[in-house]
Amino acid sequence: MAKVTIDLRVNGEPHEVAVHPWRTLAQALREDLGLTGTKIGCETGDCGACTVLIDGRSVTSCLTLAVEAAGREITTIEGVAPSGTDLDALQEAFVRLGAVQCGYCTSGMILSARYLLSHNPAPTELEIRQALSGNLCRCTGYQKIVEAIAEAAKANG
Amino acid sequence: MRWIGQPVPRLDAPAKVTGRAIYAGDVTLPGMLHGRLLRSPVAHARIAGIDTSRAAALPGVKAVITGRDTPGIRYGNWRLMPQTQDELALQIDKVRFIGDEVAAVAAIDADTAAEALELIRVDYEPLPAVFDVESALAEGAPLIHDEGSLTSNVSLDRKIDYGDLEAAFARAAYVREDRFELPSVSHAYLEPCACVAEADLEGRLTLTTSTQTPYMVQCLLASALGMRENDVRVVKPTVGGGFGGKMELRSWEVCAAILARRTGRPVKFVLSREEELAFGRRRHAMTIRSRLAMDRGGTILGKDLEVWLDGGAYNSMGPTATFLCGNFGAMLYRHPAYRYRGYHVYTNKAPAGAMRGFGAPQALFVTESQMSMAAEELGLDPIELRLKNAMVAGDEIPGVAKISTSGLAECLRKVAEATSFERKRATTAAGRGIGIACSSFITGGVFNWFDTPHEFSAAEVRAHDDGTVHLLTMASDIGQGSDTVLRQILAEELGVSIDRIRLTAADTALCPKADLGTWGSRVTLMAGNAILAAARQVKDELAGVVSARFDLNVIHEIVFADDRVFARARPERGVSFGEAVAMAMRARRGGAVIGRGAYTPRGKGLVTPTFSFAAQVVELEVDRETGVVRVEKITTAHDSGTVINPLGVEGQLHGSIHMALGYALCEELVSREGRTLNPTLLDYKIAAAEDMPAGESHTVEIHDPEGPFGAKEAGEGLVSPTAPAVADAIHHATGFRSCSLPITPEKILFALEKKGEE
Ligand code: FES
Ligand code: FES
Repeated sequence: MAKVTIDLRVNGEPHEVAVHPWRTLAQALREDLGLTGTKIGCETGDCGACTVLIDGRSVTSCLTLAVEAAGREITTIEGVAPSGTDLDALQEAFVRLGAVQCGYCTSGMILSARYLLSHNPAPTELEIRQALSGNLCRCTGYQKIVEAIAEAAKANG
Repeated sequence: MRWIGQPVPRLDAPAKVTGRAIYAGDVTLPGMLHGRLLRSPVAHARIAGIDTSRAAALPGVKAVITGRDTPGIRYGNWRLMPQTQDELALQIDKVRFIGDEVAAVAAIDADTAAEALELIRVDYEPLPAVFDVESALAEGAPLIHDEGSLTSNVSLDRKIDYGDLEAAFARAAYVREDRFELPSVSHAYLEPCACVAEADLEGRLTLTTSTQTPYMVQCLLASALGMRENDVRVVKPTVGGGFGGKMELRSWEVCAAILARRTGRPVKFVLSREEELAFGRRRHAMTIRSRLAMDRGGTILGKDLEVWLDGGAYNSMGPTATFLCGNFGAMLYRHPAYRYRGYHVYTNKAPAGAMRGFGAPQALFVTESQMSMAAEELGLDPIELRLKNAMVAGDEIPGVAKISTSGLAECLRKVAEATSFERKRATTAAGRGIGIACSSFITGGVFNWFDTPHEFSAAEVRAHDDGTVHLLTMASDIGQGSDTVLRQILAEELGVSIDRIRLTAADTALCPKADLGTWGSRVTLMAGNAILAAARQVKDELAGVVSARFDLNVIHEIVFADDRVFARARPERGVSFGEAVAMAMRARRGGAVIGRGAYTPRGKGLVTPTFSFAAQVVELEVDRETGVVRVEKITTAHDSGTVINPLGVEGQLHGSIHMALGYALCEELVSREGRTLNPTLLDYKIAAAEDMPAGESHTVEIHDPEGPFGAKEAGEGLVSPTAPAVADAIHHATGFRSCSLPITPEKILFALEKKGEE
């Protein structure tokens, strides 16, 4: 089948990409745009490593077709930091509190957390844990991730 | 101390939180092709023929290879015993499990490669297959490996004997015998394996691969391809977890290399999660029979342990698991007499390999379950019974290991006190339970099964006249944080700030030979000691020039701190670290200041230089209607020697509990007739954030003379106590003692119903 040309707006930058209709957003971001910060852990929607924001809401980009995301505002981990050298509050808290080990879940965790804080700026611990229900981590037992998100919420507050 | 014991944030974390860390699957090179593996759909069969012509003709396919296109040289980690090296990248004559690799393709994109696989025709002549240890050992069972000298499916056995076991059992006042069944579970590291191979026109290979043992991959890849070892360069990029599952040469690495040489283009392989779960390495399922002898007061007189490991179709790291399980069976407590028989058995299933804990989770589940059972039957307090038998510093496992330091007793007291164990254990509230278990683990392995001709770990420290330092080591950070810990060790020793230390690690063409990689909780101790040795060479030289410059009496102590080198008694007599290096360079007429250090555990027995210890208490609630267990709190006390980075150690503890709770309650790779039935993360369930209990931890810091700054391991030991502590707590809550894992709601309900009927 022929490729279709779509406009992907990623982290505020417009991109024109030719993709097969079955190409996932995760593939398009990683392979066509070189934004490899979005990780793939399962491709079945179970691990959350591929989480990105579309129009501010978190989605698993491995289950989202690139064509579905056309024309919408996509945020990936590369677009979270306010500049190339500064970190935002979530990123800073993840680093300082030890919420990162192997780092493979980290992009997805931060984007899920960002979505949570965008609609619930002062979440309880339980709310944080629930918001991460689609993001698996094999290294940290989630403890320090939860603490980092709580800390970032405070810093934002 | 300035750096040791500080919660130094990981130095690679900024790259990881911004998405800039590069994992193997993120690598793209000009002209790169995409590889895929064709795997056997049958569990045991002769390969009568393979027709790849239609696949090769598919537009976009650049190469297709089968076993006949490989040198056919068998490989495996146990180079010390070549008869155990039983693997081929692609099978030639027969396949031995569903998922065994038979062909590989390289194509211009992943979709084309996948399409090509469907065009390959393989004729299989099915053979009878065996799927469990019992049938693999039965009379007339098909021989899974008939290519060598084996006459049964026992690929390897291990015996340990010491003390007079018969006498111990003869005079024992209390003897118990139990049988345990432990399941196969997955590492479930979040990053599926990936690699990229490049071949240059001089015949050399570069392999960037998700591995925890780049040096071993280099050696084995060279031997599998009949190449010179140093014509193969292996680079470890950022790795998304390993837990033991990425410590061998793997089929896709060999295939990528061969395909890259054939096509002259880089070739990349990325595994799917399904491949990982259905065909990837896993923890050994084991059947264990244990006989324990005690005197009336509960002092252990002897233990007789027999273990059958379900190895799957190849040895993988099974030999080590077989050896270590025997060692761990005699850990924690003094066993005056001990007999171990371990059998590693081939079956027609995906091979089991190394996994965090490496024989300890199984062996210690048995030890700790039996300790609690004995305590109950003898009417003794479970903590007192353990204290009575606990290993202390100086204890010896005859001919095998010596206990350098032990905080076991202190750990037990700490958790008992912190949880009011005695009081809670005495109360029986329906459905509520409290349980205890302990653990111990090696801090790096001594036994040289890889048969490395190099030191076990090596480091090079280059000191520069601008005050910076470059550390080169083959130590491999796969997420545990060793790159940060090793820099803390060097920063402390040289007295320079950590941000002045550049690290080049885990690249076999650049870093000093060698390091055996990340496994057996070896990195902090072994690489740390190698780094200290290298740093001390640099310090000796700099101390000399500073001493000469200030005309210091030879009795002066020269101190390295705060980026300075100076006399302790006359701090003004000193220079900055960079100036000291500049002076040393002038003394060398421009020569560089470089320290080279190495570490190999010599005279440390056969197992490890030193053991970690821990005790853990689990409090939980069992819903008697549904059988669902809700773990409320886990309290841990651990002796990891000096803690170098508390953030890292806490992280290891939390991660261990995550993995171990799964082992205790829900994780299991289920298979039927050799086919894995739960190859997705939906069906192979690991705990989510909401499922995790509250935790509390206590550090018992004991300086261990073997480790750098007194450190011992913290990465693996803590994965063992949780399952037996959960089992003990479930028993306390319900009266049901499970001798198998995972303890599912079905098992609990079934047991409670039976109890009700009685
Ligand atoms: S890769 Fe998308 S959820 Fe796992
Ligand atoms: S840090 Fe490794 S999976 Fe979360």
